Amino acid sequence: MKSEKHTLTMLVDNEPGVLSRVVGLFSGRGFNIDSLCVAETMDPKVSRITIVTQANPLLLEQIEKQLRKLINVVKLREMSDDRAVRREMALICVHARAENRDEILRLVNLFRAKIIDVASNYYIIEASGDADKMTALIGLLKPMGIKKIARTGTVALYREPKRGI
Amino acid sequence: MKKTGAEILMEILKEEGVDTLFGFPGGAVIDLYDALMRSDLRHLLVRHEQGAVHAADGYARATGKVGVCLVTSGPGATNTVTGIATAYLDSIPLVVITGQVPTQLIGNDAFQEVDIVGITRPCTKHNYLVSRVEDLARILKEAFHIARSGRPGPVLVDIPKNVGQAVTDYAPVGPVSIKSYNPTYAPNIKQIHKAVALIRNAKRPVVFAGGGVILSDASAELTTLARTLQIPVTTSLMGLGGFPGTDPLWLGMLGMHGTYRANMAISHCDLLIAVGVRFDDRVTGKTDCFACNAKIVHIDIDPTSIRKNIAVAVPVVGDCKHSLTEINQVVEEQGLGRDSEKHATWLEQIDTWRKEHRLSYRQQDVIKPQYVVEKLFELTRGDAIVATEVGQNQMWAAQFYHFKRPRQWITSGGLGTMGFGLPAAIGAQVAFPEAVVVDIAGDGSIQMNIQEMATAVQYGLPVKVVILNNRCLGMVRQWQQLFYDKRYSQTLLEQGPDFVKLAEAYGAAGLRAVHPDEVETVLAKGLATAGPVIMEFLVDNEECVYPMVPAGKPITDMLLV
Ligand SMILES: Cc1ncc(C[n+]2csc(CCOP(=O)(O)OP(=O)(O)O)c2C)c(N)n1
Repeated sequence: MKSEKHTLTMLVDNEPGVLSRVVGLFSGRGFNIDSLCVAETMDPKVSRITIVTQANPLLLEQIEKQLRKLINVVKLREMSDDRAVRREMALICVHARAENRDEILRLVNLFRAKIIDVASNYYIIEASGDADKMTALIGLLKPMGIKKIARTGTVALYREPKRGI
Repeated sequence: MKKTGAEILMEILKEEGVDTLFGFPGGAVIDLYDALMRSDLRHLLVRHEQGAVHAADGYARATGKVGVCLVTSGPGATNTVTGIATAYLDSIPLVVITGQVPTQLIGNDAFQEVDIVGITRPCTKHNYLVSRVEDLARILKEAFHIARSGRPGPVLVDIPKNVGQAVTDYAPVGPVSIKSYNPTYAPNIKQIHKAVALIRNAKRPVVFAGGGVILSDASAELTTLARTLQIPVTTSLMGLGGFPGTDPLWLGMLGMHGTYRANMAISHCDLLIAVGVRFDDRVTGKTDCFACNAKIVHIDIDPTSIRKNIAVAVPVVGDCKHSLTEINQVVEEQGLGRDSEKHATWLEQIDTWRKEHRLSYRQQDVIKPQYVVEKLFELTRGDAIVATEVGQNQMWAAQFYHFKRPRQWITSGGLGTMGFGLPAAIGAQVAFPEAVVVDIAGDGSIQMNIQEMATAVQYGLPVKVVILNNRCLGMVRQWQQLFYDKRYSQTLLEQGPDFVKLAEAYGAAGLRAVHPDEVETVLAKGLATAGPVIMEFLVDNEECVYPMVPAGKPITDMLLV
């Protein structure tokens, strides 16, 4: 059976230890985590966790069932298809030699990114988009010298505001 | 009304119908123990916290109620972990209350501080750290609700010392509702009809029942289904007692040490009705070959059990009792029970398998452990509550004691915890003071919680410990004998205690049988003795449990006697 990337989003009780229950479930059962994002929602009692995992359909079914079984998981939804939007963000500190600056600016515009910090020979770029876009941008900046990089995992939202989570 | 946290705890325990708890005190719970003294709850002081959890577990298995224990922080809490994991793997409802250092010291490596909530997260159904006394009542109510509902399990509540001491306005809390926790009891009726359609067309059906049948009290419904349709029944180790072990439709247990006919029936059936089971590897052997000629109906209250190890044709998520009741009703509506001869050929085939290889042994000039269990079965008329330790003793008990009814069989199936039997027997005996309660033990396992003999003696709990003494860690030795060329690495217990003297040292009675012709006398005498007794049987040290399916092999690959 084919293993594919899946984005799982859940609403959980915003309590100490809940993230550890979720993450512990993945490590304890040998499920994989590609990326993870957590933050409070509009309701301070509820947090949203988004996990990207790699699984075949049977395993995905187990992962979802096991997550639903956690008492602190209030809702869970798979957000892998077109009915959801998915985004990641990255902060990229790139070497900005005089001869590269134009090219960097061009790329930043093309990718609808922003330069949020400028030093004498470094820029920090803020970029967001889907995973492919981030990989492409990083690929293009690499030859100019990426000093460091900080990336988030995926966050996702279902397109229909009223239904689901 | 103003109450302290400790008083609230006592209040809720009473409200939840708790009359007995098992525990061991310490600094962090001294306030809880102080309040306990002023309550009318019965507390049994064990000799090791692991014993407290197993005793509460034995109590829960024997009664169906939630078992409760109370221990202190740090080492008291860590000593409960094996007991909690044991209950977790067998889905036994427990509420374990641990003391914790005062909230202001948490995280400071304070004296006897340990993050027990962190430690037990993966082996509890749920757990809580109570950080405010205002939350205590609600959390305790939730703990009991979670422990006993759905697929039951242990819940731990960690109470910091200052929370037990703090005073608050106490008002009784209403019924618990947890929005993200709603176990499915009633099955989807469409699935029930699909299941019955398969039953109608099956020529070679088998029912496979597990611990879920015991937990949901579904044994009567299961028996009705089997008898109405003349379907033979096997169970997992956890399901023993869920179907009468003397019924003609009984196949015996299946799996690694299952009977020949049960394993053959599973492999040849065209329909497997699996009820309250989780297809453990000790049951299935190689999964590709398990029931590979069968369509499988799988009934379980826990959706994660379904399609975890084995693909099924008709999943039914629901309580076993509910679901079987529905199935029986549809079976009756459709008049399926009338054709009682329908499976005659299949039952004949099973009878042939039965005659080909029965569970057997030959009693010669040394005592055979199976003989002891058989005699115990006879002398107790199959009525005893039987707890076991782990290893060969456990398997022989499962094979040669024929259980009549649910909750008569108390064994650590999922975790296989040596040292479980004695404290669990104590817990069962507390629940049923008049019953004959036996712990069938090995000489290795019994030494893991032997200190609980003192508990049995102190409280006048007349548990009977039957030690099948083979001077080795028999089950591991068996694997070494069969699969490691008899390299007995660290499995021979060359130095054992004198169990008769040990019994006496605890204030219990001790008896010993060395020759086969002493077995019956010792058993009879031991069973007739009023208080706790250790009966030691010096058994053949080379005996193996058969049949045996080597781990990972198809369950038809049985090593037979
Ligand atoms: C706490 C624990 N440690 C180790 C084991 C591994 N183990 C399984 S069976 C067994 C042998 C048990 O020996 P004994 O109690 O003498 O029983 P016998 O098999 O001889 O009947 C061992 C060591 C276990 N199940 N539990």
